[in-house]
Amino acid sequence: MKRTAPLLIAATVGFIIIFSTFIPYTESWGEDSMIWFDILAAVAFVLGGGNLLKMNLKKVSDRRPGWAYSAIMIAAFLITLTVGLLKVGTHPNAVYWNKPWSGDYIGEGSALWWIYEYLIYPLTSTMFAMLAFYIASAAFRAFRAKNVEASLLLGTAFIVLLGRTYAAIILTGWLPELAHDAEPSFFGQLWNGLRLEKLTETIMGVFNLAGSRAINIGIALGIASTSLKVLLGVDRSYLGTGED
Amino acid sequence: MNNRTNAVWAIIFVIAAIFLGWRIATGNFGRIYVKGDPVSVKAEDGSVAASWQTYTKVPPRDHLESGVSVSIPRTIGLWASAILTLCIFSFLYGDNPFYKTAESIVVGASAAYLMVIGFWTQIIPNLIGNIVPDWTRAWATPGLDPEAKADLVYLLPLILSIMLLWRLAPVGGWISRWPLAFFIGATAGFRLIGFMEADFVAQIRATIIPIWVRNPAGGVDIWASVGALTMILGVISCLIYFFFSLEHKGIVGRTARLGIWFLMVTFGAGFGYTVMGRIALLSQRLEFLFYEWLWLNNPTADAVSGTASLIMPALGG
Repeated sequence: MKRTAPLLIAATVGFIIIFSTFIPYTESWGEDSMIWFDILAAVAFVLGGGNLLKMNLKKVSDRRPGWAYSAIMIAAFLITLTVGLLKVGTHPNAVYWNKPWSGDYIGEGSALWWIYEYLIYPLTSTMFAMLAFYIASAAFRAFRAKNVEASLLLGTAFIVLLGRTYAAIILTGWLPELAHDAEPSFFGQLWNGLRLEKLTETIMGVFNLAGSRAINIGIALGIASTSLKVLLGVDRSYLGTGED
Repeated sequence: MNNRTNAVWAIIFVIAAIFLGWRIATGNFGRIYVKGDPVSVKAEDGSVAASWQTYTKVPPRDHLESGVSVSIPRTIGLWASAILTLCIFSFLYGDNPFYKTAESIVVGASAAYLMVIGFWTQIIPNLIGNIVPDWTRAWATPGLDPEAKADLVYLLPLILSIMLLWRLAPVGGWISRWPLAFFIGATAGFRLIGFMEADFVAQIRATIIPIWVRNPAGGVDIWASVGALTMILGVISCLIYFFFSLEHKGIVGRTARLGIWFLMVTFGAGFGYTVMGRIALLSQRLEFLFYEWLWLNNPTADAVSGTASLIMPALGG
């Protein structure tokens, strides 16, 4: 029961969704499954939040090293949760003005909007922005043009980086551009294609596209085989060790 | 860190502090102005049933217009955002209490933010709204279909949700495997179909293109033809490299090696794009600090002294 029922649930739901694509009669089953999936995903966020609270409360109560940061995290969590669930600072919807809870939970001026606009968005984007320093530092230490493959990687990265900046215009702006009113000659196209911004376009539209397509085809085949293994009960790793 | 590094950082912090002090002493900055728009709702008899104000952010140069005022909550937000941004940047020096504080705030707030979104976009309209539509319509979502009837099938996802939350209980962890299995099965079903459609069939279909490309004048577009042929060769050679059922020797080995070259170009392009994306983000954050917070771009006529207009061209402003 503890292990068989989950296997049956996974297989049933998965195959219903697959069949709903091919059999019009079962189309609504797939749509309902999607809604159920979204509901469970929302509840999974509640589970995640609950787990975060549990772990950090334990850390604070045990006075483990760094407990003060856990206390800050708990405060940020509870304040955001409270103002979001209670829709603090939102106005009711103008159509349903007599229903105080009808307003947009993240409307401009609300407390949750304030938290997103002034805390979550700037801080997460700053964290991602900092990766620029680390990527550049790691690339400086790791990239060495030792062989053909490494040289190709390095050269392409360099061209793409330059091609997206004004440096491309400064370095290769002297190469002739194609005339719009005449049929381009072979060499006209060649010189135009060597401009860094055009070279970047070619790399992205031909070489990068070819590699990305092959990778995507490989990923799709991998996902299909993994999904089938899960649905047929061959891969049961998601059930855990069975010790609980 | 050695003494020289510490000294360099100390000098940077002192210069930043002096600069900030100079900005505070010489000009207005770090304020957000808003303009109020009154909203009034009329009852059936024509009388005003309810009224409130909504506020829209306006540029600082409009601060002398009527109805424009400094928004205290947004100004506090701007300062909090700027100070916490600097706290995050302080990680470049090394792990420190300022960074850890900002990190704790963003983790806690983000987790709760996602919970709130899930609650108001899924749990209320799709779960509660389907089980007890009249009650949900009465307080939370008055726009819900008035003809909607209670759909008791949705008791099943409610039961699965409770079972999922059982994970937090000290005993009976296996109970949460049922909703987890639903999750895994649904993901497998969606992904199998989605990836086969979008990333397998569609990608192959997009690769089957003419290699003899004509230009609008009717002649042969040599470079477009070379591009199409190169792209097809690239996809095939990369796929051969991924195919390990044949030993990579002879013609297969040489084609696989060509595939590696294409993949290296792809990774290089991906790297270049990622770096450019991160630099664009960094530039946005610096613009926020210099323009929105410190007002170095002189957003009001009387905001900053002439020195800033000398500094900004050097910063690219």
